[in-house]
Amino acid sequence: MRVGAVVIRIIRQLLRDKRSIALLIFAPLLVITLVWLVLDGDPYEPKIAAENIPAPLEQVLQNELEKDVVQMSESEAKEAFQKEDLDAFITIKNHVPYVLLEGSDPTANSAVMKVIQTAFSSLSDQKNIQPDVEYYYGSDKINLFDQTGSVLIGFFVFFFVFVLGGISFLRERTQGTLEKLLSTPIKRWEIVTGYLLGFGLFTIIQSFVIVTYCVYVLDIWMAGDFWQLLVVTFLLAITALALATLLSAFANNELQIMQFIPIVIIPQAFFSGIFNLETLAEWLQVLSKFMPLTYGADAIQEIMIKGKDLVDLWQDLLILFGFALLFYVLNIFALKKHRRL
Amino acid sequence: MASMIIVRKAAISFGKEKVLKNIDLDVNEGEIFGLLGPSGSGKTTLVKMITGILEGDQGEIFIKDQKVPSLELMKSIGYMAQSDALYQELTAKENLEFIAAIYGLKRQERKKAIQEVLEIVDLTDHMDKVVKDFSGGMKRRLSLAASLMHKPDLLILDEPTVGIDPVLRQSIWSELRKLKNNGMTILVTTHVMDEAEKCDRLAMLRDGYIIACDTPEKLKENQKVDSLEEAFLAYGRNEK
Ligand SMILES: Nc1ncnc2c1ncn2[C@@H]1O[C@H](COP(=O)(O)OP(=O)(O)OP(=O)(O)O)[C@@H](O)[C@H]1O
Ligand SMILES: [Mg+2]
Repeated sequence: MRVGAVVIRIIRQLLRDKRSIALLIFAPLLVITLVWLVLDGDPYEPKIAAENIPAPLEQVLQNELEKDVVQMSESEAKEAFQKEDLDAFITIKNHVPYVLLEGSDPTANSAVMKVIQTAFSSLSDQKNIQPDVEYYYGSDKINLFDQTGSVLIGFFVFFFVFVLGGISFLRERTQGTLEKLLSTPIKRWEIVTGYLLGFGLFTIIQSFVIVTYCVYVLDIWMAGDFWQLLVVTFLLAITALALATLLSAFANNELQIMQFIPIVIIPQAFFSGIFNLETLAEWLQVLSKFMPLTYGADAIQEIMIKGKDLVDLWQDLLILFGFALLFYVLNIFALKKHRRL
Repeated sequence: MASMIIVRKAAISFGKEKVLKNIDLDVNEGEIFGLLGPSGSGKTTLVKMITGILEGDQGEIFIKDQKVPSLELMKSIGYMAQSDALYQELTAKENLEFIAAIYGLKRQERKKAIQEVLEIVDLTDHMDKVVKDFSGGMKRRLSLAASLMHKPDLLILDEPTVGIDPVLRQSIWSELRKLKNNGMTILVTTHVMDEAEKCDRLAMLRDGYIIACDTPEKLKENQKVDSLEEAFLAYGRNEK
């Protein structure tokens, strides 16, 4: 079986190329860890200032914060915001509690809101009073980490598989082995299939390591099933691989593969849910519908954050599979450039 | 004698550049046929067309009366490209195993075939070495071995002995002669005149045409010169 021969050859090649395996598996781990260190870290301890608040409220706030609430006026608080040494200011305006958030840092915002919500709910007589919340900088739309963590897995899997897959297929061309292969009776589909399977095996390992690491070591929020997450990650990786081999037909050297990153990869990152899309122009939202990462990231997010099953996500999976299939077929056609048969 | 390769009115251009203009060529079964021509004359282009990787704009090519390109034909063609097409990360043996599997050799045949071809190119001692660590000449020899794996009826070699020392070149040529005596047809492109001398027949390629095609002796005789080099230059002058 010629496909089998291609698969075995690719596995042998990759096993000899330790750096590439490292890039495929450990680079994503490293980057995700870095992001995790920055975004997750220890629970944030917010600094809150207050003016003229009732003693019971001050008491519960102090209990929550495990330190004193600083007393300052609203204008002093605003000055402190500018110097970035205060996260929130609380006072009573027109008999309603009023909260002014510094607002630029999502981590701090949510930490403050958590403290304040707990404080209010522990004041039994104040149960149905909701504070007015305003932002000094930014708005409550900033809510980065909630969405990012899970999407990052999808993104980095996509990114590294794309780079490595693209370069290896390109090398097949530049070192002349593709031409040699095409002088044999191998069929074009056998080359493409062998390539996807051989490389695919490594992306299974890659997906497994990354997902395990994120879930069990980084302890990322994971409401869904581990194996289902793995299926989605792998499907996404195969799509990235098929896209990479396809695009490598349009590159003449490694540097030109890199040039696809800002054109093909970065936009997908922007439009795939790392950032909130609802505020974007409509045509930009439409654009995201043509990007495989949109569906992969969405499925990963639904599994990890909402604990959904693959069955609930059949649409995402079907579209992702459709992308992979499309790229696969286009690959076979792209090889026609090198041999018609 | 039966024809192995028939090229009729073949022409090809890359963009505006007409590389081959009107090529007619007949290679007989069981001969060593040399394709001689200056750099850039289109030797590589022509042999790629014969293997079926490239297709011309005009004309037809037949091998064993079958029209090129054909996957069926590719089973009985061995092609050694001008630049070594080897997997750098794999050992010599692994490279050959891969090619053998692609040609559909059975496991038992594979082992035997690998032994045989490695002996021909004198690389048996290096079969477990990674190709990356090979010298230029060793890579060349391994490429030759790879094109012999499936015992093709037609062997197409694009400048096979570049970077190979005279002693080894001698031994490779004597192996080629053995293969020929076993019935293999060999088409070889070359720059080297003493190599051209060893061919049964030669075609001289120039400016997109075959300007001469005959045995080395006849070519010299026709131009009344002593060496092929002179014959080649003489033919080139006449053309102008
Ligand atoms: N893929 C291609 N695209 C554009 N031009 C090409 C291509 N392949 C070959 N050529 C051109 O065709 C001409 C013949 O090239 P070819 O490689 O066949 O020469 P050659 O006789 O094999 O030369 P050498 O002895 O140096 O190997 C050259 O001018 C080359 O630039
Ligand atoms: Mg050439």
